[in-house]
Amino acid sequence: MEAKTKDLWVFVETNEDGTAKNVGIELLTPGKMMAAKQGGQLVAVVIGSGVDEAVKAANEHGADKIIVVDGPEFKHYTTDAYAIALVSLVEKYGPTSMMIGATNNGRDLGPRVSCRLNTGLTADCTALDVDDETGNVAWTRPAFGGNLMATIICPNHRPQIGTVRPGVFKKSNAVEGKAEIVKEDIHVADDQIRTQVLEIIKDMGGENVDLEGAEIIVSGGRGVGGPEGFEPIKALAKELGATVGASRAAVDAGWIAHAHQVGQTGKTVGPKLYIACGISGAIQHIAGMSSSDVIVAINKDPDAPIFDVADYGIVGNLFEVLPVLTEEIKKARG
Amino acid sequence: MNILVCVKQVPDTTEIKIDPVKNTLIREGVPSIVNPFDGYALEAAARIKDKNPDTKIVVVSMGPPQATAALKECLSIAADKAYLVSGRTFGGSDTLATSYILYNAVKKIEELEGKFDAIFCGKQAIDGDTAQVGPEIAEHLGYPQVTYGLEAELDGDMLKVKKEVEEGVEIIGVKFPCLVTFTKPAWDPRYPTVKRKLAANRAEIPVLGDDAFPDIDTSRIGLKGSPTNVKKTFVPQRKTGGVKIQESDGRASAQKLFELLSGASII
Amino acid sequence: MNFHFNEEEQEILDMLHDFCLKEVAPKAAEVDEQERFPEETWHKLADMGMMGVPFAEEYGGAGLTYLNYIGICEELAKHCATTSVMVSAHTSLCCWPISQYGTEEQKQKYLSKLCTGEWLGAFGLTEPGAGTDAAMQKTIAEDKGDHWLLNGSKIFITNAGYANVFVVFAMTDKSLGTKGISAFIVEKDFPGFKVGSHEKKMGIRGSSTCELVFEDCVVPKENLLGELNKGFKVAMTTLDGGRIGIAAQALGIAQASIDECVKYTKERIQFGRRISQFQNTQFQLADMQAKVDAARLLVYRAAQAKQDHEPHSHLAAMAKLVASETASDVTRRTLQLTGGYGYTREYPFERMMRDAKITEIYEGTSEVQRMVISGWMGVK
Repeated sequence: MEAKTKDLWVFVETNEDGTAKNVGIELLTPGKMMAAKQGGQLVAVVIGSGVDEAVKAANEHGADKIIVVDGPEFKHYTTDAYAIALVSLVEKYGPTSMMIGATNNGRDLGPRVSCRLNTGLTADCTALDVDDETGNVAWTRPAFGGNLMATIICPNHRPQIGTVRPGVFKKSNAVEGKAEIVKEDIHVADDQIRTQVLEIIKDMGGENVDLEGAEIIVSGGRGVGGPEGFEPIKALAKELGATVGASRAAVDAGWIAHAHQVGQTGKTVGPKLYIACGISGAIQHIAGMSSSDVIVAINKDPDAPIFDVADYGIVGNLFEVLPVLTEEIKKARG
Repeated sequence: MNILVCVKQVPDTTEIKIDPVKNTLIREGVPSIVNPFDGYALEAAARIKDKNPDTKIVVVSMGPPQATAALKECLSIAADKAYLVSGRTFGGSDTLATSYILYNAVKKIEELEGKFDAIFCGKQAIDGDTAQVGPEIAEHLGYPQVTYGLEAELDGDMLKVKKEVEEGVEIIGVKFPCLVTFTKPAWDPRYPTVKRKLAANRAEIPVLGDDAFPDIDTSRIGLKGSPTNVKKTFVPQRKTGGVKIQESDGRASAQKLFELLSGASII
Repeated sequence: MNFHFNEEEQEILDMLHDFCLKEVAPKAAEVDEQERFPEETWHKLADMGMMGVPFAEEYGGAGLTYLNYIGICEELAKHCATTSVMVSAHTSLCCWPISQYGTEEQKQKYLSKLCTGEWLGAFGLTEPGAGTDAAMQKTIAEDKGDHWLLNGSKIFITNAGYANVFVVFAMTDKSLGTKGISAFIVEKDFPGFKVGSHEKKMGIRGSSTCELVFEDCVVPKENLLGELNKGFKVAMTTLDGGRIGIAAQALGIAQASIDECVKYTKERIQFGRRISQFQNTQFQLADMQAKVDAARLLVYRAAQAKQDHEPHSHLAAMAKLVASETASDVTRRTLQLTGGYGYTREYPFERMMRDAKITEIYEGTSEVQRMVISGWMGVK
């Protein structure tokens, strides 16, 4: 389809309580720059149920305009309802570009929508730019497990769509919002939603594994030696209020659930602090955590590649280091 | 029950290294494997067949002629029949064009094997990592989709899929026909068996080539039919200049780290 | 003269190689350290069809060549010598004599469950007073009309703690010496049969090696294996095949030890150089590889002869003699090259050295092999 405007859209995914997922708000930061280069407005598209909080967040973080679809059928994400809503909005307004957070739901929705619109989609981007002349977005994304970066363009189809990894961009500071807010009355009939949630099982053991939203992550790898080797890691994580992560080697060995996996085949994370314990730093792992603000590595092998990306690297035995570090933090916090 | 599993032959990305001088990928000598997520999809189908022995599992792959090796591996593990989609006009396809070709292949294979109740895919391929082709095939077919599946079982006229979500797992019910993409489950996929391996070696794998789909819209396939294209590729930069801490023992190192982190107000 | 694997045989070996990397190698140190029988690996190999490799498909076997089976023993031993002997004792020493000497009923009843790997097999010949001198059997089988009554004991029986079926030897006529020995198929639940405790060994520590005790053990009439009083031949021909499997085990251990050593010497720096850059390292490893390859040709030649139903008793003896002594020599030398690190249990070298030693001892010591070879040469 042809673009009807030069606007750039950011799809703001919502939680069931109507708040925005971080990534949608994060994407408004590069969105501002990109919309300016494309010569259009930055538009946040908020879909969900009871989404006032999400709209407020988008407004405070730089959206020029916010399109809101609010209805009970959007409370729990379904591919069908969201695809119908988003496609009809795109068809009505014709943005030139659209960004979606590369969450599980975003990666479920993106290809469905782009395919229905017969346009291009670039997945899991970690860097973005816009060509001033053509307005083409240069979508940069890792491939081959992070060994290679590829910059993709979508020159002849609109809207050009990309999903962008959480944690890559930082939220801007909140300011007073001045966005134009447009409510769209879109409803999806029950029989158009072809999947149903039969049961929801929260993570077994009640453990929180929200890696993507975590501010601090303490991760273990092959060097922890076994499931019991995660105990000092969990102890430190508890003290720091951190989430426990793991490398593929530790997950493959069955020491910890896959939900904890950071890296190419796990989650991409961007916390303020990432502590890698006994992780050698295979490229697949580094691809998933290198955008962390501060990286600490603890490893016995002084030549481990993890030290190449670490801000602080301890060459030593994690079982000696972690308990002392945990103790020091406990002391300092009284 | 008739299940189609889509598989891709990929380089084992864990074996890929960077040429430190030219700063490019070294692809020579990197083994080709069945994309692990596609292996999980095949295993999910095999588990349905374990409980429902009249299930037929067909695998399809789009790729160069060498991709028959991946299909033979699937036959030696659990698949009953395999098809290769391979043609010069398909080369250079992006995900949208690929999904359109595979959609045509599904229709063609259904003429030969009967209608598929479910199509299983890996959540993504480990070379491209896009996670797009599965949902796009579903869109072309107009089927409902469930992504991030861990397990699937038959329940009357419905498929019950255990789906990984950020907060845990959900059980999703979906009617046939449908498409499900699979991620890494808690269990390991089964190994090939000697008997199946020998049979797979002898199996004929039909090739659906350039002329297999007379009704295909050629403006939607190959490099020309792809809305996205690669502008450039490069090897990512690594950051340098971290602080190395190697004190006399673990305790001293830990204390030093704590001082540095708290000094920099990181913790 | 054509001792290489054809494409199909190689593919089976490649498939096993992938399995070993995921399932066998990661457990080898733990299996050794904990003296744990890798039971789960038995079941997984059974699922793959690897527990009855050279036997006919009608009995649940894979119908592969004997050479392929020997390659499988070698591949398993590269990753874990315990796992290799589990498969070779089962296949060579239990499945084979039943397939060779068993009645159709015995094959239907036992071989089909053994070849699919549902059951595990073992072999009981050695006794406290009858090791190398196997003719000195004290275990007695009495004909009780409608059944046999076995009394006595066997020692050092591989797979004993987990096996469902045992091929066991006993005297049916004491006056006839070796000509009075018969073979029997004994199930683990037969009344009067008992498996003793696990032997603590130097190597292959995960292998379940135990004593078998027969106290008025009731064995059905139809479980006589082969002809009455022809058991010694059953034992000897079985061991001829078994020795090729053990020789392959020795090859696997030796090759793995070299491969690991090459890796180590390319990483270890001394005097400012990788130790692989020293000529002593290069020459030592070259000698070792040449010796292993020479042994490999002997092993494959013996396997080929057995596959072709040619006389192979002496060939098997030569293969086992050379391969097992090579394995002991090579593992001792790789440990020397890897020094203090090699001596620690962080590395596999000391385990491989301990594992190698048994190949000079079981299924006929090196001295027995020399007896077989010199006998064949007519040196009397």
